[in-house]
Amino acid sequence: MRLRVDRDRCIGSSNCVVVMPDVFDQDEAEGLVQLLDDSGAGHDEDALHDVAYACPAQAIEVVEGG
Amino acid sequence: MADFRELGEVVIVGAGVAGLTAAGALRRRGYVGGLTVVGAERHAPYDRPPLSKQVLAAGWGEDRIRLRVPPELETAGATWALGEVATRLDVERRELCTDRGRTLPWDGLVIATGVRPRTLPGRAYSNVLTLRTVDDAMALRDALPGARSVVVVGAGVLGCEVAASARGLGLPVTLVDGLVTPMLRQLGPALGAHLGARHEAHGVRLRLGVGVEALEGGVRAEAVRLADGSAVEGDLFVVAIGAEPDLGWLEGSGLPLGDGVLCDDRLRVAPGVVAAGDLASWPHPLFGRRMRVEHRFNASEQATAAATNLLGGDVVHDAVPYFWSEQLGVRVQVFGDPSRAERAELVAGDLASDRFAAVLRDADDAVTACVSWNLPKAGPDLRLRVLEACAARGAVAATP
Repeated sequence: MRLRVDRDRCIGSSNCVVVMPDVFDQDEAEGLVQLLDDSGAGHDEDALHDVAYACPAQAIEVVEGG
Repeated sequence: MADFRELGEVVIVGAGVAGLTAAGALRRRGYVGGLTVVGAERHAPYDRPPLSKQVLAAGWGEDRIRLRVPPELETAGATWALGEVATRLDVERRELCTDRGRTLPWDGLVIATGVRPRTLPGRAYSNVLTLRTVDDAMALRDALPGARSVVVVGAGVLGCEVAASARGLGLPVTLVDGLVTPMLRQLGPALGAHLGARHEAHGVRLRLGVGVEALEGGVRAEAVRLADGSAVEGDLFVVAIGAEPDLGWLEGSGLPLGDGVLCDDRLRVAPGVVAAGDLASWPHPLFGRRMRVEHRFNASEQATAAATNLLGGDVVHDAVPYFWSEQLGVRVQVFGDPSRAERAELVAGDLASDRFAAVLRDADDAVTACVSWNLPKAGPDLRLRVLEACAARGAVAATP
């Protein structure tokens, strides 16, 4: 399982950064999402799904098996 | 406390983002019983924020706005009743009636039917449109290119975005509202005026500060009549004057209704009944008062909490309200409750650079909301400022 982000969809809501600052960040220039750790290590699967569905722009996806 | 093992059948009424998120959260949290999602629209669940932005202005089709269906839902399954309208709810017998003459029994119910657009009094005209559904958006997108001029009634988030999108197509656009600036209740007076200047710079004609009375016309609408007796003429009219909770099917149910479905702070309405999304009114623990929030982020957060609590969980819904808007090259994001903002104070950047962040203060000089303007990176700090202000007001401690 791994995380994937779509910067074209990202609107920089920063919700993911607040919830999981060790996994998500915003770049300096545009403030759009950057993955610090695409494995989401240290977080259970439910929490990763919750943060993905909380994204108001559908910019975060949990990819099974990847 | 309810135990999800006792639930044999859950019905979710509403197939928007709140309904879909609730369905996914139920499965993710281990619910294995029957699950039916009833949606009034015939479309598979889709996302509404792009309707007034990319769908109108960038040609996005339905494929690009579809909401992702959680994998848990695909594996454990749900029955979709799309294009079917809930007509009546019997809480005592735990039954939902629909316009297809069906009676659906339930042990657990999620109410997420959202809101419907307000309209102006008077008759309906073919050249007066509202925007709530993807069908509405397609109708508006089809009507825009042939319009000689567009009058947008209502300068809230939706009206401003529609005006910006129509202006981007090169059409003459007038934005009309009884309030003195665009997005006054979302940005406060100073930043509202700043946004108004932006619209004018892009050629949007503003007609603000005079109340809207009615539409006038013959076969077609020809003008909007204002409270001072003047009129704003146009060829195509878009009415974006807010929305009302869709509660008709709940009348007579005995559920507590007011400005929406009245929930407790855990989104419970009655035993076995929760609500989420635009129509859910709940006492927000951070602000110490009842709120109803019509924004995308609230819908999904609320749905996750509501689903968790339907299964016997104990989650208070205390997310900091958040919404964003995109118009005329500006991405503005608002955290907190800006409805009572009176004063704005810059905390990062500057107006000249077109990238800044500001806190909004109410009449008591307390911070009630924060705004970032083309500065998404400020988000975490702004959220924190709202939380700190709420804590300082003591609302957190005062709310049970």
